[in-house]
Amino acid sequence: MMATTPGTIRIDNQEIPFTPGQTIMDAALAAGVYIPHLCHYPGLTPSGNCRLCIVETGNRSVAACITPAVAGQEIRSNTPELNAARTTITQMLFVEGNHICPSCEKTGNCKLQALAYHLGMLDDHFPQFYQRRELDASHPDILLDRSRCILCDLCVRASREADNKNVFAIAGRGTNAHLTVNSPSGKLADSAIAATDLAATVCPVGAIMIKEQGYQTPIGQRIYDRRTIRETGLQEHIDKKNDD
Amino acid sequence: MTIERDNKRKLKIATASLAGCFGCHMSFLDMDERLAGLLEQVEFDRSPFTDIKRIGSCDIGLIEGGVCNAENVHVLREFRANCAVLVAVGACAINGGVPALRNYFDVKDCLEEAYLTGTGIANPQIPNDRELPLLLDKVYPIGEVVPIDYFLPGCPPSAAAFLQLLEPLLTGQKPAISKSHLHYD
Ligand code: SF4
Ligand code: SF4
Ligand code: FES
Repeated sequence: MMATTPGTIRIDNQEIPFTPGQTIMDAALAAGVYIPHLCHYPGLTPSGNCRLCIVETGNRSVAACITPAVAGQEIRSNTPELNAARTTITQMLFVEGNHICPSCEKTGNCKLQALAYHLGMLDDHFPQFYQRRELDASHPDILLDRSRCILCDLCVRASREADNKNVFAIAGRGTNAHLTVNSPSGKLADSAIAATDLAATVCPVGAIMIKEQGYQTPIGQRIYDRRTIRETGLQEHIDKKNDD
Repeated sequence: MTIERDNKRKLKIATASLAGCFGCHMSFLDMDERLAGLLEQVEFDRSPFTDIKRIGSCDIGLIEGGVCNAENVHVLREFRANCAVLVAVGACAINGGVPALRNYFDVKDCLEEAYLTGTGIANPQIPNDRELPLLLDKVYPIGEVVPIDYFLPGCPPSAAAFLQLLEPLLTGQKPAISKSHLHYD
């Protein structure tokens, strides 16, 4: 085993410094090393639910976004096996929801899709679920299409931690898990959400979208038509309003 | 799956549009002058380009569109039986695409909405002729009906992506679509 100086970890044989309290993901992103992630957004509390950030350390596989960096850790991330596992997870996310990209306003701006490009995913592999889930178009400015929700929990955390509201929650378990809206009617229109909230814009997929701007940027000129998720993923950060 | 080929023989390609919009076929034609070079190496068998109705033994089959009716199943199985390499071309062939948006509703409800109760319908009646293939309960990705060798995503795949698929196949290699040509829209 190679010697490792204190306060550093090694990811794919690259030495990376960390400060106490940082996760493997924090340290990697700070050092410009991209580990694929979907449910993680730097600045929000990590929740470790999508498992796309899976890395190996020793003979264990762990989620990089919730695993503390420990001095001397040897971590494997960008390996064919782990990328194959990430591709399989991505394929499962595609077939579980209704991801018909050509008919989706989010196409080109979608992180699930961009991650699939990054992984070179050519097909969905698994049979499609074609699930019907409740659509909420009640709010004048914001649409919630649960059929594309990947239950990443980002809107839940963004609403609580950055907007100081508590608009969303995830209820149910397993295939019954679904996003709920905390309002008397259960509809967005009766909730405290505003189009300027982080919760209204943080959704990585086309589940929560601001209305009436879907095609302002033509397909072909959107975020991931111009840049890869690897590039954008290294630059994201949220400053919470209620940070102490 | 790769193709064996002696030097002089032209490879045979067959193409079909199942539950698609012909956009993938139009995009294939977007190869423009590069088609001339391609045609020195390949000839078309059954295809909307030739109007040949029955498929013969082929090297490459390109399928656009998903499987929405009984005739699609029949054509797809014929292609699989006759093509050494079968490629799912475009979003609809790969995951059902836009036609699969009907999968969230009953076929009966779709037919009634389209032909009986929708707006602007004169002489409402659900078409029911022996010549019309029966609709399936859902629109299926072709990979759920027959085994597929390669996938070419895109709605439609660009002409450049078609070339990335075909050029290696013509020389007996496995195609690899570069990430810069990988798009689902
Ligand atoms: S949410 Fe993303 S992956 Fe899903 S259909 Fe829309 S663009 Fe495609
Ligand atoms: S609506 Fe969007 S942000 Fe919220 S859990 Fe679903 S995918 Fe994540
Ligand atoms: S990014 Fe770590 S589990 Fe989702």
